[in-house]
Amino acid sequence: MKKVKTWEYSPAPESTDHIQLKDKYDLFINGEFVPSSDGKYFDTINPSNEKKIAEVAQAGKADVEKAVASARKAYDKTWSKMPAKERGKYIFRIARLLQERAREFSVIETLDGGKPIRESRDVDVPLAAAHFFYHAGWADKLEYAFPGRTAKPLGVVGQIIPWNFPLLMAAWKLAPALATGNTVVLKPAETTPLTAMKLAEIIQEADLPPGVVNIINGAGETGRHLVNHGDINKIAFTGSTDVGKYIMESVAGSGKKYTLELGGKAANIIFEDAAIDQAVEGIINAIFFNQGHVCCAGSRLYVQEGVAEEVIAKLQKRMDTLIVGDPLDKNTDIGAINSKMQLDKIKEYVKLGKNEGGTLYQTSCSLPKKGYWFAPTIFTDVSQSNRIVQEEIFGPVLAIQTFRTVDEVIAKANNSPYGLSGGVWTDKGSKIYKVSQDIRAGVIWANTFNKFDPASPFGGYKESGVGSEGGIEGLSGYVNLV
Amino acid sequence: MALEIQQYTHLIDQVNAQERVARLFSRSIKKESKMQALHLALSMIDLTTLEGKDSEGKVKQLCYKASHLHDKYPGLPNVAAICVYPNMVPIAKKSLDGTGINVASVATAFPSGMADIKAKLEEVKSVVDAGADEVDMVISRGKFLSGNYGYVSDEISQVKEACGKAHLKVILETGELVTLDNVRLASDIAMEAGADFIKTSTGKISPAATPPVVLTMLEAIRDFQTKTGKKIGMKPAGGIGTAKQAIQYLVMIKETLGSEWLSPDLFRFGASSLANDILMQIMKQTTGQYQSKDYFSID
Repeated sequence: MKKVKTWEYSPAPESTDHIQLKDKYDLFINGEFVPSSDGKYFDTINPSNEKKIAEVAQAGKADVEKAVASARKAYDKTWSKMPAKERGKYIFRIARLLQERAREFSVIETLDGGKPIRESRDVDVPLAAAHFFYHAGWADKLEYAFPGRTAKPLGVVGQIIPWNFPLLMAAWKLAPALATGNTVVLKPAETTPLTAMKLAEIIQEADLPPGVVNIINGAGETGRHLVNHGDINKIAFTGSTDVGKYIMESVAGSGKKYTLELGGKAANIIFEDAAIDQAVEGIINAIFFNQGHVCCAGSRLYVQEGVAEEVIAKLQKRMDTLIVGDPLDKNTDIGAINSKMQLDKIKEYVKLGKNEGGTLYQTSCSLPKKGYWFAPTIFTDVSQSNRIVQEEIFGPVLAIQTFRTVDEVIAKANNSPYGLSGGVWTDKGSKIYKVSQDIRAGVIWANTFNKFDPASPFGGYKESGVGSEGGIEGLSGYVNLV
Repeated sequence: MALEIQQYTHLIDQVNAQERVARLFSRSIKKESKMQALHLALSMIDLTTLEGKDSEGKVKQLCYKASHLHDKYPGLPNVAAICVYPNMVPIAKKSLDGTGINVASVATAFPSGMADIKAKLEEVKSVVDAGADEVDMVISRGKFLSGNYGYVSDEISQVKEACGKAHLKVILETGELVTLDNVRLASDIAMEAGADFIKTSTGKISPAATPPVVLTMLEAIRDFQTKTGKKIGMKPAGGIGTAKQAIQYLVMIKETLGSEWLSPDLFRFGASSLANDILMQIMKQTTGQYQSKDYFSID
C-alpha cells in the first residue's frame, strides 16, 4: 500500500497572463491620462518580492490645481445639471465593468498591495462592485433617503484613501459622492496606485463626462495640496489618526466639510459560553485578515478567564495552519506586509511588546527571503497600560488579556482612544445586547467579525473618526439637506 | 453525573461552522498534491454494500474489486475494507483472504438500532466470531434525543467489550441528531465510551455526512486527543461520491487534525461509488483526458 507521509499542497498560483498593465501611468484629469506638469514619476513595487511593477506620475501643486479646476468645471457644466437617473446609469455602468473585469482587478490588487488573491478575489473586488451597484440605485431616489427634504450636492470633493483596501476604499469614496451629484478629485495611497488607475480606465470606458472623476497620485505632499485647495467643498479621508487630525486643523474655519475614517484598536471579546472553535476562527479572521492591515481589526482580544487556557491553546494551533507566502497562490492565507515602512513599524511594536514584558508566540512558518513579511504573532501577559494594547499596530499582531465579569470587560474595551469596531462571542443573546449597547464603537459584530455591506454604515467614535460611510448615513455626508 | 455533563458541554455555532467549511473547501489542490490525494483517498475507502437485496455473488464481486480497482493502471492501492451486513461476513472474509483488506460488518440492529441490548450484543459477538475485523454499530438515537445519555454511553461500552479485538466504529446517525451541538455531544459520549472510530451515518437517512457535521466530529476528536492523548478515527459515510468531495475532506482533516490522521488507520470514507470517480480522476490526471464511465468496472 502506498502511504503518503505528509501531504502538502502544490503551489496553485493565479495566472497573471490575462492582466494588462502599462509600464507608466499618468494622472487622470478631465477624462484623459496626462503626464504630471513637472515630469516627476515614482515607482510602485510588488511588496512580496520588491520588484518594480510600474511608474506612476506624481501630482504636484499645479496638477492638483488642474484636477480641481476640471472637477469644478464638470460640476458646474455637466454633473450637477444632469438628471439623477442619468447619473445612476453611469454608476451602474462602472459597477458592471468592474464585475466583468473582476479577475484582472483581483490580480493587480494582489500584485501591488501584497494581499492574498483569495481576499482580493472574494472580498475586495466583489465588495467594490457592490458599493457601486448600491449607490447607483440611490442616485434617483435621494428624496426617499431624506424624506421631506431636498438633498443638494456639495460640489467638488477631495478624497484621500489608504493602501490597505485600495480599490474598495476608492469605491467607498467615489460611489456615494457620484450618486449624490458631486464631482471628485481622488488621491490613492502612494504604495498602491494601480487599481485606482485601472478604475480610471473603466471610468473612461463608461464614458463618464470628463472631469467628474479625477485621479491623481502622490504621497503626503500631494494630499496636503488637495486638502488646502480653496475650491474644495469637502474632504473625505481614510487613513491614520495623525493625518486625520492634520486635516481637521487645516479645514477648520474654511467651511469645508469633512468625513474621516481613522484608526482603531478593536476589542474582540470571548465569553466562556461562546462556541469556542468558531470563536477561535473569529479571532483569526479579526486580526489576521489582510495581514492585520485593517482599521477595524480585532487587535485587542479579551478572553473570559474560565476558557482562556483552551482558547489560547487552540488559537496557537490554528495559527500554525495558516499558510503564509506568495500572495498570488490561491491557498495563501497571509500575504506580504504592504511596505517596508509598515514592516519596520510592526517590528518596532513587537520589540516594544517584548520589552514591556509580554509573552510572544509566533508561528514557525518560513517566510520568503525577498519582500516584506511578518509571521502571525500574539502576545499574552499584557495589560491595559502596555503600548501594544493602546496603540494601533496595523499588522498581524494580537494582544491578549483575560477578564472575569461583563462590566470589567466593557470598561476595558472602552478604555481606548479609539472606537471603530468590536466583537462579542457568546451563545447568549442578552449578553450580546448588553455589550453592544455599552461599548462605544461604530460597529459591534456578534459571533462574527469583519462583515461589510454597502447598506451598513461604517464609522467611528472618538479618535476613530468623524461621520460614516455606507448606507443612508454615508450618503448624508455628501449632501446639504435643505 | 453533574460533573460529567459539564465536561460534555461544548457549543457549536452552525453559521460559523459552515463558513469555516466553505473556507477549507476553497483550497486549490492541483498537480502532484492532487494525485497524492487521489491515491490516499482510494486507500481510505470502506467499499460498502448494504442493501436488502445483496447477494453472495455481489459481495464476492465487491471483494474482488477491493484489491483490483483498475488493473489496467498498476500501482493503485487497495481499499481499506469491505463493509457488509452480518450474514455476508463469512463470504467476504473468505473472498478477501490474503489481501490484507479488512472486513467490516454493521451490527446492533443496523440501521435503526431498535433492538434490545441483548440482541445487539449477540449480533456483535456473532459477526466477530465470523471473522469481522471491524464492527460498525449504531447508537440508540431515541435514547440520546430523550436525554438518556447514560444509556447511550453504557450501550457503546458493552458493544466495545463484545467486540474483543475487532475495531469499533460508532455510527451517530447525525441526520437524526439534527443539531451540531448534538453531534458534538454524541461524539464526546462515543469516544469516552470506547469507540475506535466515530462515523457520521448509516447512509439510510438523509442528510448523511454533511461537511459541518464532519468538521464538528473532527474537532471533537482533536479535543479528545488533547485531553486524553488517544487518537480516535473518523469515518464520514453517505453522500460522498466524487473525488472532489474526497479531496475536500482530506483538506479538512489535514487542517483540523493534522497529517497524522491522513491514513486509513484513522480515516475512512464509507462509500459505494466514490472509488470509480477517483479512478476516473486518476486516469484524467495521467492521460490528460476524461474516459467514459464504461471503462471502469461497476462492481
